Amino acid sequence: MKGKISSVYGSLVIAEMEDRVVQNSVGYCVRSDGTRLLSEVIRVRGQLADLQVFEETRGLRTGDGVEFQAEMLSVVLGPGLLGQIYDGLQNPLPELAERVGYFLKPGMYVNGLSTAAKWAFTPDVQAGDAVASGDTLGTVPEGIFTHRIMVPFGWRERFTVERIAPAGSYTIQDEIAVLANAAGQRRSVTMQQTWPVKIPLNVSRRRLMPTEPLVTRVRIIDSMFPIVRGGTYCIPGPFGAGKTVLQQITSRHAEIDVVVIAACGERAGEVVETLRDFPEIIDPRTGRSLMERTIIICNTSAMPVASREASVYTAATLAEYYRQMGLNVLLLADSTSRWAQAMRELSGRLEEIPGEEAFPAYLESRIAAFYERAGAIELADGRIGSLTIGGTVSPAGGNFEEPVTQGTLKVVGAFLGLSRARSDARRYPAIDPLDSWSKYRGIIEPAKVARMRRLLTQGHEVRQMMTVVGEEGTSAEDFTVALKADFFDNCVLQQNAFDAVDGATPAERQRFMFDKALQIVDLELGRLDKSHLREVMVRAADLFRNWNYAASGTEEYDRWLREIDRFTADRGRPMP
Amino acid sequence: MRKYFNSIRRIAGNVVTVDARGVGYDELAVISTSRGDSLAQVIGLDGPEVSLQVFAGAHGVSNNDRIRFLHRPMQVPFSEALFGRVFDGSARPRDGRGPAYGDPLDIGSPVINPVRRRMPDQMIATGIPMIDVFNSLVESQKLPIFSVAGEPYNELLARIGLQADADIIILGGMGLRHDDYLTFRHAFEEGGVLGRAIMFVHTAADPVVECLMVPDLCLAVGEQFALRGERVLVLLTDMTAFADALKEIAITMEQIPSNRGYPGDLYTQMAKRYEKAVDFDQAGSMTVLACVTMPGDDVTHPVPDNTGYITEGQFYLRNGRIEPFGSLSRLKQQVNGKTRDDHRSIMDACIQLYALCRESREKRDMGFEMSAWDRKLLKYGLFFERRIMDLSINLPLFEALDRCWQILAECFDPAETGIRRAIVERHWPTGLK
Ligand SMILES: Nc1ncnc2c1ncn2[C@@H]1O[C@H](COP(=O)(O)OP(=O)(O)OP(=O)(O)O)[C@@H](O)[C@H]1O
Ligand SMILES: [Mg+2]
Repeated sequence: MKGKISSVYGSLVIAEMEDRVVQNSVGYCVRSDGTRLLSEVIRVRGQLADLQVFEETRGLRTGDGVEFQAEMLSVVLGPGLLGQIYDGLQNPLPELAERVGYFLKPGMYVNGLSTAAKWAFTPDVQAGDAVASGDTLGTVPEGIFTHRIMVPFGWRERFTVERIAPAGSYTIQDEIAVLANAAGQRRSVTMQQTWPVKIPLNVSRRRLMPTEPLVTRVRIIDSMFPIVRGGTYCIPGPFGAGKTVLQQITSRHAEIDVVVIAACGERAGEVVETLRDFPEIIDPRTGRSLMERTIIICNTSAMPVASREASVYTAATLAEYYRQMGLNVLLLADSTSRWAQAMRELSGRLEEIPGEEAFPAYLESRIAAFYERAGAIELADGRIGSLTIGGTVSPAGGNFEEPVTQGTLKVVGAFLGLSRARSDARRYPAIDPLDSWSKYRGIIEPAKVARMRRLLTQGHEVRQMMTVVGEEGTSAEDFTVALKADFFDNCVLQQNAFDAVDGATPAERQRFMFDKALQIVDLELGRLDKSHLREVMVRAADLFRNWNYAASGTEEYDRWLREIDRFTADRGRPMP
Repeated sequence: MRKYFNSIRRIAGNVVTVDARGVGYDELAVISTSRGDSLAQVIGLDGPEVSLQVFAGAHGVSNNDRIRFLHRPMQVPFSEALFGRVFDGSARPRDGRGPAYGDPLDIGSPVINPVRRRMPDQMIATGIPMIDVFNSLVESQKLPIFSVAGEPYNELLARIGLQADADIIILGGMGLRHDDYLTFRHAFEEGGVLGRAIMFVHTAADPVVECLMVPDLCLAVGEQFALRGERVLVLLTDMTAFADALKEIAITMEQIPSNRGYPGDLYTQMAKRYEKAVDFDQAGSMTVLACVTMPGDDVTHPVPDNTGYITEGQFYLRNGRIEPFGSLSRLKQQVNGKTRDDHRSIMDACIQLYALCRESREKRDMGFEMSAWDRKLLKYGLFFERRIMDLSINLPLFEALDRCWQILAECFDPAETGIRRAIVERHWPTGLK
């Protein structure tokens, strides 16, 4: 299948085809120096195919050839994905650096998985067994996980195992099984398979209601606006409010098996932080480096927009693949607005009729379809796997009334809205506790959460009122409510991300701490004047904050806890 | 033999459409008109038609002017002969001296592979407490000054630029006024760095397309020096003029605008430039400081807004001071953990208290009674502004930290600062309280 370039506009190329072409299939634009630039067919009109090119189109000429392929844009799946750093099209960046140095080179593509590496395969089936797509044929150890080698997901027939390789060491290209279908046709299976990124990968018995809390160790999330395994959430916020930091700490501390980080159209420097830090950080839950459970898909803002558009799908597909192994996977996309903008740029080039803020009319359905790839599923053998998706949103002007934020809010299960006022005042994480919401149930009893939400709302109302009537016009009772709300906000909801202890609070400690905070909030402070009330709550906050910095199980921890208990028992009374 | 094309089909805005064959996208051409020669860039290919964006603008282009294609992208000569020189947005000398010779260097080089970037970890001391203490500047950072027209942003840019102690300084002026150019030139002379400075200057009187080339020229040259191990500092002013040039060109080309007339790819266009800031693994670095004037002091305007989403923080200049709110250095945590153990605590506490002080001021301005606590905050705010925020202050970091402790101790009890006990015990000034 061949064609010739007739027009070039930025990343959009129009080609005249000589014969048939498949929508969404891959094509290579061949530059006069022989460089082949990967692209995707995004529209077909008569004999014309519109291609989005995943590279800079510099140097392409009219009349240059286009080679169309039959398959759609796909990724390769198999052992060796974990720990990798890929660009949006699954090219391993470290390998590209080895080959071409400091800069990326258009037209330079490298297989996503090493074909030389050997894996210790253990068969799980015997000749004669009946299998179907997604069934496990055998396993190989991959770092901390048992990686399942599965019947290719696209093979929708029933098969009989004809031959299975004995235990041993194989590359991903070696045949490890031969399967025969009912008609007796044989198919060879290796440890790698491919999957088109834009098609959701889900081979399961059924989808489950996600209910299992996903503990992030960020208190305001776990306690107030929880997320669950298989659920979805979004983090909209103005620039610099802390979206990326929140994603970074989640990628470190989340109690989950595999984390896929999709750095989509954001700063290269942020990815560098992750890829330099993670190999050094030991995950206390596994005793191994964090990198062993992480895949980074890195398509930074300077990289071509078309591959930015593809990158979130690449990330989702790799995440779904590990879900098929019965693992809990977390996909963190930063930022989905850049992905939406990539769609907008391409749509503009195609001269489609623009919707609001020039975004394409299909923006919302694309957003919905992306988050729909999350979910908890029951696999054929009863095991459960989950994919949780958390996306940041970067609204223009920090105003949530814009198409991407609004389209996202319609489909996600939790909304963690960041507030400029809070980040300016360095109250981190800057999640607005009044605006945010979650439809999920977390690790704290809902009645207690509701109690604190009420306190925060009341505290806010009192503060509002005080701007009108002043402190002097506020009753001691109301004033106490405001102070207590501040206390809870400052000591429980805010967290110092850069402190080793305060930065990550395990579920058990969060529950305990929540109860301690409740005790203080429930204290009857009695008849004190306002400056005394303030002093009492300043002391409570001081004790609590110091306690937050003390590592569990240390003498220091016990000491602060004793002081807090004494404070509570004395109702904050005896002044020091 | 040189091949010329002269069947020009259309002339609109800065774009000339000509019939030609064998022309590559994004390549350069020369168009010869009655006004002289101008560079032009291929911005579209459609069958036999080639659309060219003419750097000098299409004024005076006639439909039988001659066009010659260079079959290469825009280039700039690269060598040490550039030092001390001034060029325009087409890389022609504008200092009255002859052309600069050097190896031709393509501008708009490919993307840096992220895995070849180092984690930036060198703090750039500026002597300005609002920067060093609260928003430390880091080598290889990309960081703009957000400012309203009328603020001394170019002076601040020049001051930071000189304090940064870089090996090479490159100035990119876009829509630069002549007296601003002189400000920089003067500052470079005074600071004794003119001999290692290179300037690419586009003025408001120059063609708008040339404005777009200025950042690319600066960054291409800077990047080459960085690859040779130098620590390069690029100063870009004013990036709002760059964005407005993008807007003007997009509108004349009838692109659908996304926000207040700016094209939908404003983010991508600016990010491509800012992302060139880099600390190369086993080579030098390039730090990019820019000025962004905010139309109407509105930080939600598309230019500062998109910039904020791209850069690694911003210094917010207002009323002659760097505002603590809104200012941010995202790389500060790479360096401020290893300066002194109290650096981060001071940074957080001073700003949180200053935020509270502003609330108290609002209350006071509305005529409410001030509680004892409010009065403490008011006193603190005043001290903080006078002894820390004032831009004329020039203090080394540790002295600035000590001064912060002093101010805290003059105003508060330790527990009221929210700083944890262990740090307070080590640093709280004695003899006060
Ligand atoms: N939880 C936190 N604790 C301490 N500092 C934080 C926290 N969150 C954010 N910050 C500070 O704010 C800066 C900006 O945060 P971040 O990069 O996450 O913003 P963002 O919302 O992702 O912005 P953008 O949309 O521009 O990417 C950080 O570099 C850090 O200095
Ligand atoms: Mg971010």
